[in-house]
Amino acid sequence: MDYRPEVISKMSALYAAGSGSFLKDSPELFNRYRESAFEDFKRLGIPDRKNEAYKYTNLETFLNYQYQEYYSPLPADFREAEKFHCEVEDLDVWNMVLLNGFFPNGEKGLVMLPGGIWVGSMKFAVKQFPALMEKHYNKYVENANDGLVPLNTALATDGLFIYAPKNTVYTKPVQIVNLLHSDKDIFVQDRNLVVVEDGAQLSLLVCDHALSPQHFLTNTVTEVYVGRNSRFDIIRVQNQHNNSGKMTHTYIHQERDSYASSNNITLHGGLVRNATWHHLGGENAETHSYGLFLADKHQHIANFVKVDHVAPNCNSTQLFKGVLDDNASGAFNGRIMVHKEAQGTNAYQSNNNIILSENARMDTKPQLEIFADDVKCSHGATVGQIDADALFYLRSRGIDAREARLMLMFGFAHEVIQNIPIEALRDRIDNLVHQRLRGELSRCASCAIQCN
Amino acid sequence: MKDNFLLQIKELKASIDNKEILKGLNLEVGYGEIHAIMGPNGSGKSTLANVLTGRDIATVTHGSVTFEGHNLLEMSPEERAREGIFLSFQYPIEIPGVSMVNFMKTAVNEQRKYHGLEPLSASDFLKLMREKKELVEIDSALTNRSVNEGFSGGEKKKNEIFQMAMLEPRLALLDETDSGLDIDALRIVANGVNKIRRPDTSVIVITHYQRLLDHIIPDFVHVMYDGRIVKSAGPELALELEERGYDWIRKEADVSEESWTTDQK
Ligand SMILES: Nc1ncnc2c1ncn2[C@@H]1O[C@H](COP(=O)(O)OP(=O)(O)O)[C@@H](O)[C@H]1O
Ligand SMILES: [Mg+2]
Repeated sequence: MDYRPEVISKMSALYAAGSGSFLKDSPELFNRYRESAFEDFKRLGIPDRKNEAYKYTNLETFLNYQYQEYYSPLPADFREAEKFHCEVEDLDVWNMVLLNGFFPNGEKGLVMLPGGIWVGSMKFAVKQFPALMEKHYNKYVENANDGLVPLNTALATDGLFIYAPKNTVYTKPVQIVNLLHSDKDIFVQDRNLVVVEDGAQLSLLVCDHALSPQHFLTNTVTEVYVGRNSRFDIIRVQNQHNNSGKMTHTYIHQERDSYASSNNITLHGGLVRNATWHHLGGENAETHSYGLFLADKHQHIANFVKVDHVAPNCNSTQLFKGVLDDNASGAFNGRIMVHKEAQGTNAYQSNNNIILSENARMDTKPQLEIFADDVKCSHGATVGQIDADALFYLRSRGIDAREARLMLMFGFAHEVIQNIPIEALRDRIDNLVHQRLRGELSRCASCAIQCN
Repeated sequence: MKDNFLLQIKELKASIDNKEILKGLNLEVGYGEIHAIMGPNGSGKSTLANVLTGRDIATVTHGSVTFEGHNLLEMSPEERAREGIFLSFQYPIEIPGVSMVNFMKTAVNEQRKYHGLEPLSASDFLKLMREKKELVEIDSALTNRSVNEGFSGGEKKKNEIFQMAMLEPRLALLDETDSGLDIDALRIVANGVNKIRRPDTSVIVITHYQRLLDHIIPDFVHVMYDGRIVKSAGPELALELEERGYDWIRKEADVSEESWTTDQK
């Protein structure tokens, strides 16, 4: 039986109830878009496998579940969350902890970092930067045919705001630790906006962790504006337990001469789907989409990428890799769209996967739509086992079979990790992946709460 | 008690996909000896190297191989390596994402562990790397890269000798390590081999050419043909082969014209 009508009516009830309470208290800017977004959600519904972009991903186990209707954290919850010791914490970063998509209230609502970059809550940002918010909020999302995106627009009340004004450079990465922690099962909708103005530079590290064993589902929408001649890097490290589902929709809009990279490292999670949209809207822009996942048990990890070459002379690369064990499944759907005006495009895509067990499954699907003539485009996908010749080569030097396999898997994974632009972070993530491959990262390694 | 031979191969037969490639091969290698194996393409030289190092491409169907009196065929590839067998691959494998440094550190320390030694400290390891790099005149940049990735043909071969120098094997098998090397690289490879030899370590050089044997002077030269060693003699045999080719060997070995031509394809 189709579970979706019931979810839609549940969401409708939540939306109706919220309009009189928590939604009403939101900034006018957010509320302005809610009504039509909710209509879009009802019209588009919850994507099922007939939707090309979800062909290999079944959302049912996570969406067809009784989540607590609406959740807003209490100060005590934040104190609990502060116990969390993040794996990448001792990096030299500017760090902020979010709980279930919410900011701790108080002085960290919106802060300016050295160099002039602002980080804080969306709600606060609407007050401080009304014109900026007007200009960018909800401008880069593409609803396409995914109802989950307007659902977020309709229901989200807060999220992360980062603003790098013109020519500002912040040399350290900004780290956001997104914690899920609750004694109830919850469905989180967070809405984020990053604005990197002309000539500015920013790198953002987002770490997702689930601390309590409850069922979680997160539906995250992030819009990014990358101005002329600016640079933006985002690195996501996703380490959530198997009762936790995560769907991210990230829209990166680039102006001319800009550079952007996105790197999604998925270490654990029951269901993770990362959709990354790269919109090359100005000439001579460059964009890179990377992803790595390590899946086992019954985990499902999907990456959806769309690179839109709208302006001429832009370069894009996609490199996604997966390692699948047990009954895990994975999907890669990588689209390159070269518009008629986008002459001189270079677009490259590669997806490689290693399957370690008979029951693991990987589906990979490139889609190229090219309407310009002067285009260099290449794509390739592989699904296979560990290379027997390479394995023998290592063993012939005295390295035992188990260790040699780990080295090869690690090497395979490292090809994605090596693209992370910050060396210290690269090392940390190498480390995490090492632990993960050795089966030593079955839980958030040094978490104080130690859920399962 | 020390065995008489470091390596002793008796009546070895091995097949690939049910096709017999090694057809009853005998070879004895004493301590400190250098043996050259020559022979036309397809005669089974690399297959022999694979069987000795435990690569499962070929299946042994008959015969025995002992290494210092121990049954080599029962050991895993890594055990053989730790016991001191090293193969310089005819076609070294590229391994993207695995750094040379990490590869060698793991290999050296696994070998040490096997022999009951503590792992090398980071600084001792780096010192060892530096020493051996100088020995084989390998570019420092190469060891900072992934294993063989993007190396030229000559660099790959030098890298094999570098690894050999790091692991100090007791039996080194060089499978056409000289092919495709220029004179300089050839000299470096040969020097490397000579410098790491100890009185009781042995080398088997598989080659088509005399020129490597000018530098690594063999005690014995064997000709392999159609899965067997059909002639063995002193170093002068290599010179003779260089001059006269393999045809006369075939006649001498009384091998049928028919099978000779099939194998030359
Ligand atoms: N991986 C393989 N699969 C099938 N046949 C092989 C393989 N490797 C070698 N052979 C066959 O085994 C025979 C011996 O090859 P090889 O040992 O490489 O000879 P050599 O090194 O003397 O040139 C050849 O007939 C070759 O085709
Ligand atoms: Mg050969």
